[in-house]
Amino acid sequence: MRAIVTVIGKDQVGIIASVCQVLSRHNVNVLDIRQTILQEYFTMVMLVDASQATLPFADLAQLLTEEGTSIGVEIRAQREDLFNAMHRI
Amino acid sequence: MMINQNEILQTIEMIDEQHLDIRTITMGISLLDCCDSDPRRACEKIYDKICRKAQNLVSAGQDIEHEFGIPIVNKRISVTPMALVAGASETEDYVPFAEAMDKAAKTCGVDFIGGFSALVQKGFTPGDERLIASIPEALAVTDFVCSSVNVGSTRAGINMNAVKRMGEIIKATAQRTRDRNGFGCAKLVVFCNAVEDNPFMAGAFHGVGEAECVINVGVSGPGVVHHALQDVKGQPFDVVAETVKKTAFRITRMGQLVAREASARLKVPFGIVDLSLAPTPAIGDSVARILEEMGLEVCGTHGTTAALALLNDAVKKGGVMASNHVGGLSGAFIPVSEDEGMIAAASSGVLTLDKLEAMTCVCSVGLDMIAVPGDTSAATLSAIIADEAAIGMVNSKTTAVRLIPAPGTQVGDTVEFGGLLGSAPVMPIHPESAQLFVDRGGRIPAPMQSLKN
Repeated sequence: MRAIVTVIGKDQVGIIASVCQVLSRHNVNVLDIRQTILQEYFTMVMLVDASQATLPFADLAQLLTEEGTSIGVEIRAQREDLFNAMHRI
Repeated sequence: MMINQNEILQTIEMIDEQHLDIRTITMGISLLDCCDSDPRRACEKIYDKICRKAQNLVSAGQDIEHEFGIPIVNKRISVTPMALVAGASETEDYVPFAEAMDKAAKTCGVDFIGGFSALVQKGFTPGDERLIASIPEALAVTDFVCSSVNVGSTRAGINMNAVKRMGEIIKATAQRTRDRNGFGCAKLVVFCNAVEDNPFMAGAFHGVGEAECVINVGVSGPGVVHHALQDVKGQPFDVVAETVKKTAFRITRMGQLVAREASARLKVPFGIVDLSLAPTPAIGDSVARILEEMGLEVCGTHGTTAALALLNDAVKKGGVMASNHVGGLSGAFIPVSEDEGMIAAASSGVLTLDKLEAMTCVCSVGLDMIAVPGDTSAATLSAIIADEAAIGMVNSKTTAVRLIPAPGTQVGDTVEFGGLLGSAPVMPIHPESAQLFVDRGGRIPAPMQSLKN
């Protein structure tokens, strides 16, 4: 199952590293990354493959949210189907 | 290939800042096989069946919330109109049936259970009469049970005996729950043309034409529509309608996705998505503010009915392509107490009961969550119900009345209900009597369906 991980917050050292550590620890593969920095505001969108993940997706999303809280940014993991449903016919 | 970054961020903004959510996943359950001549046995069967069917409803809903990152505000159950089930039992008192529903709702962890209902658009069975008589007590002693009574339809006309009775029942329900501002009335709806697959409370029930068990989903999203219209200020209505349609499409696609997912996880067939704009008392989640965004100084002034007509129609047009089965009430809701903008408009005196009645001609449902003075007579409540039922009957649409004659209150007071139900300013009604009108009883015949003018 593919999912979109979004990270939004103030730019700082190590954001991508923190997110990727959580993902790799649970065997989630990163397929694509896009990021922009606008006036110190960091926005990153990742496409990941969680089909081989070692834990249920809802738990992974929770872990990422907690990781975000600990480094002071907002991290969300949502199944890709949501965005496809809303923006593609 | 990754989806466009802006679209991803736009979706997140809709959820985070514009209150986009799934209002409810409602599981409809048939209780027709729970009939029993022994009322105690029937209540056991009802409790057991609801718990068996809905045991995973809440956890499945929570899993979907976490995986998609979409709030699902309520999980609910609707059941077969209880008058049909309880009618088989040898008992006068139907309150235990409501208690069985309430107990099952608590065991399953849902937010509401609807279906303490009777369909009496043409006449009463003894079971219907007993159920209606039990409503005030049933709503006072239960927490999550919602009740509805259908008193009219386009094909049957209006049962004015039922209209009269329901005025008395609303009054009695308010009295019986006077320690909670007449809160029981917030769980009681009087319908014309009630639908069988409505996922929204308080009017949800699982119609007899429905399958054994289905999943219906109600979407929300007034905040998203409001936000989208802020980007097209001053532009012609063609652009407004188009903008609402596109937004409604997106909202409904999300509802369809959740409905499909819930249906697969629970192994229960998908019924419908209800394309409704359901407001909440939160700032930025109001239908009234959408109407004001179209250029009205305050919701309720001249132009409000036209604005609402456009909104209601565009929501349906946008939503209908986004789901493979649309049903329920589908349209814009205008509950006064549950909508921050409506509360403000009613408190300022601009939005009146008469204007709300006109608005119900062009939108989904009807006079909803409106507080009226505590000394409003049963006959006046019945007359309001009759007016609203007539609008539904003649226009072949669902109309409903959910009025709260909060005991001891008068115009200018505010009645607090809390949570999604919000707070309602007590609105003035016409003081002139309709007693002799209501006392006539009988039936108003079904209207012509041709020669439409």
